[in-house]
Amino acid sequence: MTMSQTLDRRAFLKNSAAGGTGLLIGFYLPAYAGVDPAARQEEKEPNPFNAWVHVSPDNRVTLILAKSEMGQGVMTSLPMILADELCLEWKSVSVQQAETDPEIYDLGTGGSSSVRESWLPLRQAGAAAREMLITAAAKRWNVNPNTCHAKDGGVLHGSRQDYLTYGQLAEDAARLPIPNFHTVPLKNPADFTIIGHSIPRLDAAEKSTGKAKFGIDVRQPGMLFATLAQCPVFGGKLKSFDASKAKKVPGVRDVFAIDPVTASPFSAGGVAVVADSTWAAMEGRRALEIQWDEGPHINESSESLHQQFVENASKPGKIVRNDGDADAALASSSKKIEAAYEFPFAPHATMEPMNCTVQILPDRAEAWVPSQGPQLAQDMIASVAKLPRNKVVVHTTLMGGGFGRRYQGDFPLQAAQIAAKTSGKPVMLLWTREDDMQHDFYRPASYNRLWGALDEKGNLAAWKHFQTSTSIQAVWHPNGEATAEKGEFGQAIFIPYNTPNYRVEYTLGKSAVPRAWWRSVESSSSGFVVETFIDELAHQAGEDPLAFRLRTIGSDRKIPNFENPKEGKPLDTARQKGVLKLAAEKAEWDKPLPKGLARGIAAFYSFDTYAACVAEVSFKDSKLKIHRLVYAVDVGRVINPDGVRAQVESAAIYGLSAGLYDAITVKGGRVEQSNFNDYEMPRIPDAPLTEVHLIDSADAPTGIGEPGLPVVLPAVFNAFFALTGKRIRRFPARAEDLA
Amino acid sequence: MAISFTLNGKPETVEVDPQMPLLWVLRDSLSMTGTKYGCGIALCGSCTVHIDGQAARSCITPISAVQGKKVTTIEGLSEDGNHAVQKAWMEIDVPQCGYCQSGQIMSAAALLSEKPHPTDAEIDDFMSGNICRCGTYQRIRKAIHRAAELQSGKSA
Repeated sequence: MTMSQTLDRRAFLKNSAAGGTGLLIGFYLPAYAGVDPAARQEEKEPNPFNAWVHVSPDNRVTLILAKSEMGQGVMTSLPMILADELCLEWKSVSVQQAETDPEIYDLGTGGSSSVRESWLPLRQAGAAAREMLITAAAKRWNVNPNTCHAKDGGVLHGSRQDYLTYGQLAEDAARLPIPNFHTVPLKNPADFTIIGHSIPRLDAAEKSTGKAKFGIDVRQPGMLFATLAQCPVFGGKLKSFDASKAKKVPGVRDVFAIDPVTASPFSAGGVAVVADSTWAAMEGRRALEIQWDEGPHINESSESLHQQFVENASKPGKIVRNDGDADAALASSSKKIEAAYEFPFAPHATMEPMNCTVQILPDRAEAWVPSQGPQLAQDMIASVAKLPRNKVVVHTTLMGGGFGRRYQGDFPLQAAQIAAKTSGKPVMLLWTREDDMQHDFYRPASYNRLWGALDEKGNLAAWKHFQTSTSIQAVWHPNGEATAEKGEFGQAIFIPYNTPNYRVEYTLGKSAVPRAWWRSVESSSSGFVVETFIDELAHQAGEDPLAFRLRTIGSDRKIPNFENPKEGKPLDTARQKGVLKLAAEKAEWDKPLPKGLARGIAAFYSFDTYAACVAEVSFKDSKLKIHRLVYAVDVGRVINPDGVRAQVESAAIYGLSAGLYDAITVKGGRVEQSNFNDYEMPRIPDAPLTEVHLIDSADAPTGIGEPGLPVVLPAVFNAFFALTGKRIRRFPARAEDLA
Repeated sequence: MAISFTLNGKPETVEVDPQMPLLWVLRDSLSMTGTKYGCGIALCGSCTVHIDGQAARSCITPISAVQGKKVTTIEGLSEDGNHAVQKAWMEIDVPQCGYCQSGQIMSAAALLSEKPHPTDAEIDDFMSGNICRCGTYQRIRKAIHRAAELQSGKSA
């Protein structure tokens, strides 16, 4: 942590907007490595610094960090942790986005990991700065540091009531050694004044006045605007094109082809139209005449994928987990059920379509990228521009949504390929909504068969789960087809429900449709599978769904994370039961509802966080209405309660989007949907009243960007079953399945 | 062709293709980027502005259609972010990614100028043209009620 601090401080201060003097402490916040082996391939020793605390002589404190803000609120929650440990007044703190540093190998922002991973390092950095400032004050006063303490952004000497602000002490403190992060005393949580209190987002004002700058808002002198026509069929490529009409469109400067890239980061390539304005580029593109070589996948369709899934599910799969003998228990049980659940591809559909602005000069390049993985973008640009990475400056902009989509390198690569042909002029590549809908990396499609048995006492005698899916691992890992099941189950492979006979099987479904991480990843489907099937078993047992869950979870214990027993946190059944009970209590589970309304419940563990949801629904005039969602979540210690609530409210709507209306369907090897007319989003009339209750906990904080999502659909459709006796087992919920 | 209109209270003249949508004139010709592109076919509301006081989708409004009219964008809704809707948005902490919020705020302001005290149903009806992928809808409803209070002189 303290390695080469002097050198780095000097180098940093010279280059930083933070200013030239004061106290600066560099430290390291672990970056999200996720399940992306492609991103991990170039693992390097992390540079000691990717975040900095700067205390300036004019008494401002800035947290500078390389995290991406996509709406999840890390640019508020992370400075809260620092500010509390450093004993600051909240109003004196500001946060600054660090430029992407080629010397630091950061992987980015995702996996609901920012708070979870940054909690301890941020506290250590805050505590180190605090101790240095206290020592500086004690030296100034010539007193014992133990008689001084930090308060409201300054140091107080108890007996003399002397007070010096951090700004007054910053220069002195900067000459002291940085304390060892591992031994520096951390604040007693009982003394927290910011952590645990609802703090409004630091970016609320700029986002309410149009001043917030997203990737699409980048404006550079002399910049050009580009669109890219990509082959609509996955795996297809350009055959030929005629640009003569496009070039006649006023404002169009140039039209040229860019090459496809068939390995990571996967780009279809295509025909770029470069113009003076976005509109001219779009008009030019409309005037293009293009012949595509549609490639080998033109026969793929959602129908063919469904048939493949059903065929796969008729045969045994690769055994992924096998406790006891589920088949024997099923064969001998008189009370057994079977169900199949099917999920379509789902689009990220961020409100801000993919875009990236790049300028390539002979000796350097600069880029403005709304990215969760800015260093991947840096790699792409460096490689296209044939420059060393340290000659590529990447500015991470605000993102109009990320949800995993902005982890990809395809759009920065394409922007760099275009910028390589604009003679040094900066150029923004902007995808249209249609491009965005049809060239996403989708949530995998999957098909799950489940078999369950109950013994005479109504205990879970067997649980067997077969899944076939278009695995993410198979896209991104060089040997991914061999380990395609990795990352396709989540908690479904270590359910909290007690059973002696537990078998999980998997078969890879082949598809040319690109797949990657969607909000809550595998839990978006496995949460539904587990929490619907347990509901079906509760019904079979003739027991209340909550009571059956609690009884079948049973004793308090820690269930190892099956896929990652060493590093993954175990599932704590006491916490799982805790969220179930709190959600049920707040939803008044035991209190009858008026006729025409019914409740359903679900709970799921993902990203180290426990979430439960009770839904209240009605069904009238062929319309499913969700009246209320009551959530309970256990994120350990809560940093920003209102921020946690906001993320759960958000995840609920995002989860509903993949269940209520539309799916991404494939025909002729291409996506059939193109815009919000044929992929409908939840709109304000669809939004239920959502309450979010938080478990009071002193455990280390965990993430909340994703864990609210997996429980919403099972809660809603378990409620629909309670109301109508009908199970929804495929998505989106179709009129004929509901009726 | 020169097209003249009033933009946020000031006269503006642009020389562009008369078919060019107002959205791209604002964003690319005038570098006023508060108004956002989301779908290009009036389905998401990210591009909402006011034309002569009415909410309009700038992505399908050719610039020729605003000749002589008064256009207000998020940048001109208030002097310093103190429109009741903006104040309520900050107070309720509505934005997450924030990308759709210019459009949401412009729609909400238009709603309140028509109906100073809308019901939930009226809010849902008027605001259903604006998509928020972060799903901030519940807070949008709450903030519109709060803005209605602020407009009628109630403080916190």
